[in-house]
Amino acid sequence: MSDAYNAFLSDIEIPSETAGPLTGVRIAVKDNISTKNIPTTCASKILLGYIPPYDAHAVELLKAAGATIAGKTNMDEFGMGTTTENSAFGPALNPRDTTRVTGGSSGGSAAAVAAGLVPMALGSDTGGSIRCPASYCGIVGLKPSYGRVSRYGLIAYANSFEQIGPMAANVTDTARLFSVIAGGDRRDSTSVDKPYDITGLRADIKGKIIGVPKEYFGEGVDTGVAETVETSIGRLEELGATIREVSLPSIRYALAAYYVTCTCEASSNLDRFDGVRYGPEPEMNLPWHDAYTKVRQAGFGPEVRRRILLGTFALSAGYYGKYYVKAQHAKQLIRRDFQRVLTECDLLAGPTMPNIAPRLGELTADPLRMYQTDILTVPVNIAGIPAISLPCGTAHGMPVGLQLMGRMFGEEALLNAALAFEEVA
Amino acid sequence: MVSENDVLHIAELADIGIATSELGKFTEQFNAILEYFDILDTLAADDELDRPLVNVFREDEVTPSLPQEEALANSHNPEDGYIRAPKVI
Repeated sequence: MSDAYNAFLSDIEIPSETAGPLTGVRIAVKDNISTKNIPTTCASKILLGYIPPYDAHAVELLKAAGATIAGKTNMDEFGMGTTTENSAFGPALNPRDTTRVTGGSSGGSAAAVAAGLVPMALGSDTGGSIRCPASYCGIVGLKPSYGRVSRYGLIAYANSFEQIGPMAANVTDTARLFSVIAGGDRRDSTSVDKPYDITGLRADIKGKIIGVPKEYFGEGVDTGVAETVETSIGRLEELGATIREVSLPSIRYALAAYYVTCTCEASSNLDRFDGVRYGPEPEMNLPWHDAYTKVRQAGFGPEVRRRILLGTFALSAGYYGKYYVKAQHAKQLIRRDFQRVLTECDLLAGPTMPNIAPRLGELTADPLRMYQTDILTVPVNIAGIPAISLPCGTAHGMPVGLQLMGRMFGEEALLNAALAFEEVA
Repeated sequence: MVSENDVLHIAELADIGIATSELGKFTEQFNAILEYFDILDTLAADDELDRPLVNVFREDEVTPSLPQEEALANSHNPEDGYIRAPKVI
């Protein structure tokens, strides 16, 4: 451990070389984001010793903006998890209560910010991996619209869902970091050239219509968490927003559609890790199936192997129609539900997580129960829209996150509303 | 229901080793997750799927790429500019 919270996997600094909007700012980077000449492991033994020969687009932009890269942060292996306990290098600890998890998968980035080790960090969010640890650790985390930040150099787990995004102690720093990393990049074919202009940031929520999906207060949501979030939504109303109950009936399919799709994509994306071009060396004298099987069994942790197995199964002949195709239909219904409510509403609000940070070890024996805690974050990744988690109080003595969700490429309105809330929270 | 043999077979397809000691637990968790996925069976999938995305093409221009030395730097004992891999036959 290089720090008290096991937030950093490597604390090798890359000092600032140029002057820019982030000069003098130390920024931690999640360890699935490639950093030239600095080890990048995805918290997996299968990438031990790997040193990327290039920077991710977001890292190039940080350097050009004058930032100091403060180190690489702990995470669930390849982003697969909700607590950062699936790291091959031990769990990160929640600075608010070290007997509890940070949330995941960007747990190291959240812990580093929450503990005050850095003012800002990059995370990545495939099914909630920025917003969940932001909620559990009491910081701000933004999942950008799909395409707004280049994924070039982000080591892929489920590429149709994931985005790199900013995490910080407050909304203004989140917006500052977002303004540096947003924009087009032709090396990511899903990238959309929509930069974010920080000079437009102002507290603005008056007159906005905020939809509250009733499904976000359904079964499984802790009553203490629900009460704290309801109080916060009351504050939004006091600030001049109009609150309207809405319904997203298809999100009952969201978790299954998400896990089918992400495991299918993972089974394909993680095929490349065989030790040949990087990572631990396979036994060259064994037949290749045996050599790769040995390297992958030793290099991947149980959750990664479970997801590769699930994805391989769901894509196999005879099951493809039952799982993958059905999941794509479910995703379409969910996207349409969000489009419908975000036509009549400017923003949506609800809890980020249904619970507070669990205790270390509480969920590790039951992967399905761990998956189910993602119920309020995955719908946003399916819809592709932006969402932010804001600290909004506590329940049972631990931080609670208010999740605001916006229209596609509507980060401007989302961050302005977040700033207005932060000023009274 | 997926059997232990099914799980072993899928593991073989994916080149993912499973130890005998973890097979029972893996199979049990696998089935619990698949049972949860059954909610998708209640979905009518008769709608056309939207195809909102379009291909992004670019001109086939030569741009700088990694020098061979850097591209091989993470591999094990490369030989004459080639990456070494386990034997295929």
